[in-house]
Amino acid sequence: MTATLDAAGRAAQNTEISLAQAVNRALRDAMTADEKVVVFGEDVGVLGGVFRVTDGLTRDFGEQRCFDTPLAEAGIMGTAIGMAMYGYRPVVEMQFDAFSYPAFEQIASHLAKMRNRTRGALPLPVVVRVPYGGGIGGVEHHSDSSEGYFVATPGLHVVTPATVSDAYTMLRAAIESDDPVIFMEPKRLYWSKDVLSTTGPEIGRAAIRRQGTDATLIAYGPTVSTALETAEAARAEGYDLEVVDLRSIVPFDDETVCASVRKTGRAVVIHEAAGFGGTGAEIAARVSERCFHWLEAPVRRVTGFDIPYPPPKLERHHLPSVDRILDAVASLQWEDR
Amino acid sequence: MTVLATPDKTGSGFPLGFDTILDPSPLQYLDEHGALSGVLRDDAPELAPDRLLATWRAMVVGRRFDVQATTMVRQGRLAVYPSSYGQEACEIGAMLALRPTDWFFPTYRDCVSMVTRGIDPVEALTLLRGDWHCGYDPQRWRTAPQCTPLATQAPHAAGLAHAARLAGDDTVALAFCGDGGTSEGDFHEALNFAAVYQAPAIFFVQNNQYAISVPLAKQTHAAALAHKAVGYGMAGVRVDGNDVIAVQHVVGEAAARARAGGGPTLIEAVTYRMQAHTNADDASRYRNDSEVEYWKPRDPLARLEAYLKACGLLTDAVVAEADQAAEALADDLRTRLGEEPEVDHRDLFRHVYARPTPQLLEQAAGLQAELDAAELDAEAGR
Ligand SMILES: Cc1ncc(C[n+]2csc(CCOP(=O)(O)OP(=O)(O)O)c2C)c(N)n1
Ligand SMILES: [Mg+2]
Repeated sequence: MTATLDAAGRAAQNTEISLAQAVNRALRDAMTADEKVVVFGEDVGVLGGVFRVTDGLTRDFGEQRCFDTPLAEAGIMGTAIGMAMYGYRPVVEMQFDAFSYPAFEQIASHLAKMRNRTRGALPLPVVVRVPYGGGIGGVEHHSDSSEGYFVATPGLHVVTPATVSDAYTMLRAAIESDDPVIFMEPKRLYWSKDVLSTTGPEIGRAAIRRQGTDATLIAYGPTVSTALETAEAARAEGYDLEVVDLRSIVPFDDETVCASVRKTGRAVVIHEAAGFGGTGAEIAARVSERCFHWLEAPVRRVTGFDIPYPPPKLERHHLPSVDRILDAVASLQWEDR
Repeated sequence: MTVLATPDKTGSGFPLGFDTILDPSPLQYLDEHGALSGVLRDDAPELAPDRLLATWRAMVVGRRFDVQATTMVRQGRLAVYPSSYGQEACEIGAMLALRPTDWFFPTYRDCVSMVTRGIDPVEALTLLRGDWHCGYDPQRWRTAPQCTPLATQAPHAAGLAHAARLAGDDTVALAFCGDGGTSEGDFHEALNFAAVYQAPAIFFVQNNQYAISVPLAKQTHAAALAHKAVGYGMAGVRVDGNDVIAVQHVVGEAAARARAGGGPTLIEAVTYRMQAHTNADDASRYRNDSEVEYWKPRDPLARLEAYLKACGLLTDAVVAEADQAAEALADDLRTRLGEEPEVDHRDLFRHVYARPTPQLLEQAAGLQAELDAAELDAEAGR
């Protein structure tokens, strides 16, 4: 990936920025690098988006490059597809996870299939940014983890950053990709800060966030930080845990995940979305199929319950917590040690 | 320059739409007996003899294509065929009013339009034959893949038109849609987006009175589908969809307005689906023959022929040449659709992503191994 920073970016290189600012910078740099990159969605113009992720883009690039749309997610998705057919590279924002559902038909029937339907003649380089996940005290319909719907739709890439630098590099790569990318942004991490590095592994590769020898925690997006906290807490209980940040769910990095699980012999998959039929079920199945002879215990999942996302006052019970992950780790048949 | 302009009601906006829109009687230039209504000026381009003859010839060839496809679906050479017999004034008139640089968004029913655009008839039938989804190169023909999820192509046309305008091109995007499709949310979102952006788009509704079995009266309570344009602040027009001269004229006007920055147009073309929904449908379960009989004399091709004959334009030589072209097309279809199409199982995995994922490579290898083993078994058994 050839990511370049503008002058302001270079000056700011050693200061910490938030994940939301990293996304903003990626959009800016992509718009500067390629005039076919356009950004649109609900309130993304003058307001800069409800999370301020598109702050200043209309001011700096003009209304032709970053614009507000009517309130209609299928319309946003459908017009993005039409613009991509004409050579543009749209980056659209779904205001919140649960409000991307009206766009789902366009995503499933056209965005995901157009390249295939036309034998490669009509690739659709569209990025769909979806702020997702809970833990921000949002009322209903504002905290869904909707990645499973997209993950189950062949033809889409589905990626989710967990760090400031990944938010930047992965979005730049997503915009450069000739395939549609669902870019899931963990809302809870929007305000997390770090120094930005503009290089990183390519899309499709997982990253080992912490080396360990006893068990592998497999997480993505908002649960990566929970997994890291758990690993710290687990030291006191005598476990040395490895943490894999998937970064990309589709394509899935079997290689990195399996290498880790074969090394540790145990695995726990963590996500906020409901467990039944969730992404974790696929991951647990893949790991079991590929690492069966290395496994000391069944693969465990720590996920949200199989319930509609709860109200803010109850969400702490629903979200995977350090304690619940520790319990899962403790259940991984350590008797032989 | 602002992109999100509001309609300029003082400028060139809506010369056609708002004047006529609330009168639900469709615009007609050529009546069912083939007589000109006299509304069009004699020097209207649609009335130039060359243009009239080219239109008529395209209708003769288009109809022959449709009849042949219907025959071949009965012979099992196509998986399914939705006929547009009787809708040729829409299918062909709209196409002839576009430039090759304009984009077209067809539905499953619009093979005749695609053939009129110049797409190879066999490539136009790939979807319905079942050897792939889209058989032609959409970029080359500026024709999107035929769309089956109803009205979902309409926002694509709005987006593409908006993109063309941003790029400074004078490209127009025309999307076809059925009367049933106008009830879908995407239809409305597309109209609204196109109007807000003042995108050079044309939404052409072929109101053939039915959505499979459901008649228009159960689809809408509105007096006319074209009236929906008012709600979006765009031009709307209701046209006799069996009058190819009127169809060409209104599409031509809509395209000219769009190119001049006057925004989108909704066109409702009133026509009739003469055949069942597809070969798999039984129309006798929901409509009477008498209704079909009513529409027979309103046939778009017969009507144009009557006019051309009265003008003395349909010479024997002209008729013979068109018949020959139509028969050649039918022969070609018979031959090429008669052959079993070649399909390649490796295509299953080829165009899912720009680069296949490791998982797809693994699955492709698995299928290959399965097929190789089956082939070896078959050889051993022989
Ligand atoms: C979203 C969606 N729902 C249902 C269908 C099934 N379906 C196919 S054609 C059709 C009727 C469409 O009628 P209309 O829009 O009037 O077009 P026509 O077939 O008359 O050309 C239906 C219900 C579909 N293709 N897409
Ligand atoms: Mg219909």
